[in-house]
Amino acid sequence: MIAPAMSQARFADPVGGLLEGRDLVQAFGATHALRGVSLAVAPGEVVAITGPSGSGKSTLLHCLCGILTPDGGEVSYAGERIDARSDAHRSILRRTAFGILFQFGQLVPELTAVENVALPLLLGGRRRGAALAAAGDALDRLGVGELAPKRPGEMSGGQGQRVALARALVTSPRVLFADEPTGALDSLAGEQVLAGLVRLSRDEGTAVLMVTHDAAVAAYADREVVMRDGELVETGGPNGLVPVGAALTGARA
Amino acid sequence: MSTPHVLLGFLAAAGRHGYELKRAHDSHFPRARPLAFGQVYATLERLVRDGLVKVAGREPGEGPERTRYVLTARGRAALDAWIVEVEPPAPFVANALFAKVVVALLVGASASTYLGAQRAAHMARMRELTALKTGTGATVSDVIAADYALAHLDADLRWMELTGQRLDALRQEVLG
Repeated sequence: MIAPAMSQARFADPVGGLLEGRDLVQAFGATHALRGVSLAVAPGEVVAITGPSGSGKSTLLHCLCGILTPDGGEVSYAGERIDARSDAHRSILRRTAFGILFQFGQLVPELTAVENVALPLLLGGRRRGAALAAAGDALDRLGVGELAPKRPGEMSGGQGQRVALARALVTSPRVLFADEPTGALDSLAGEQVLAGLVRLSRDEGTAVLMVTHDAAVAAYADREVVMRDGELVETGGPNGLVPVGAALTGARA
Repeated sequence: MSTPHVLLGFLAAAGRHGYELKRAHDSHFPRARPLAFGQVYATLERLVRDGLVKVAGREPGEGPERTRYVLTARGRAALDAWIVEVEPPAPFVANALFAKVVVALLVGASASTYLGAQRAAHMARMRELTALKTGTGATVSDVIAADYALAHLDADLRWMELTGQRLDALRQEVLG
């Protein structure tokens, strides 16, 4: 287990949701991407945000992880509001408590896999030797330890995405944000990425919030929320549909 | 699924008893409805009648489970022909989901409420199957059975999504 660079006391577990967005509003010019969306994610929970193109899925994800500041509403992590904090503070949060995985892994082409995975630790001030050792462990846990010395150009798309997943998880984040994590992969490669993601969430209690347009990907989640025209229209779970609004208070296994 | 041909396939390697055929079926097709013994023996009887299978021997004791069956040369030829024969791809387009949407519109019930509920049930089943295939101890047969069902449920979901967007136009057409 890799210790987070930031102390746990600063971001202690809340009683309710680990990550909460309340009444989020976001507009780009005249386009309303979010029209008052509320969503809470519990520790260890895997939540899929689905919906058609342009429904606001990615905007919701970007507001919750602090890349975007919403025009209205609040985002809380571990009981503390983060939407009002400085960019620098949120940037530290994204490097420590949060892990982020995009559709295209965005690995640095000049670096080897293990160096790519070590980056967040090096940026957080970890010594090079310790960072590389932890990065090697993270690759091993995703079953791609043998890729450590390879550069992104020498890997398949699925291998690169698993390396990117290892990089997103190397700081032992409490929340992993994934935007179409398998969108660029064939079915089998996508399955390996998703299986790794869900297994690590189970093993380490990491909450996962992923955006996907693909029902087969959403089926890896414990719960699915559906967006349409900037609003949350359904929040489902293992027991079927939950009315919108109950998600904030509903207890999750 | 063509149960007679599946049984011919299991008999191709070696003669077997009826209960061995049932066991082979249930382990190769783990998410299928388990084959009933009655169906196994009824099918074998027909295959014997048609000359595709013959009785190779009876062990001492009572009942059909003591009978060993083997494939005949004709049975082998029928099996080989079945394997290379292409199945007609969706020759008739009919399905309970499709029927409910049309009939709901005809009688003025809410097709979109039905589609929403069906979508949730499909997603719940997809989560179940995904958990099954990614669970520890899943065999390759388990995985491909789950894959097959997941792909079909996914296709249903895409159809439901499109149909949901076409409900107004469909209502006009159905109600004339």
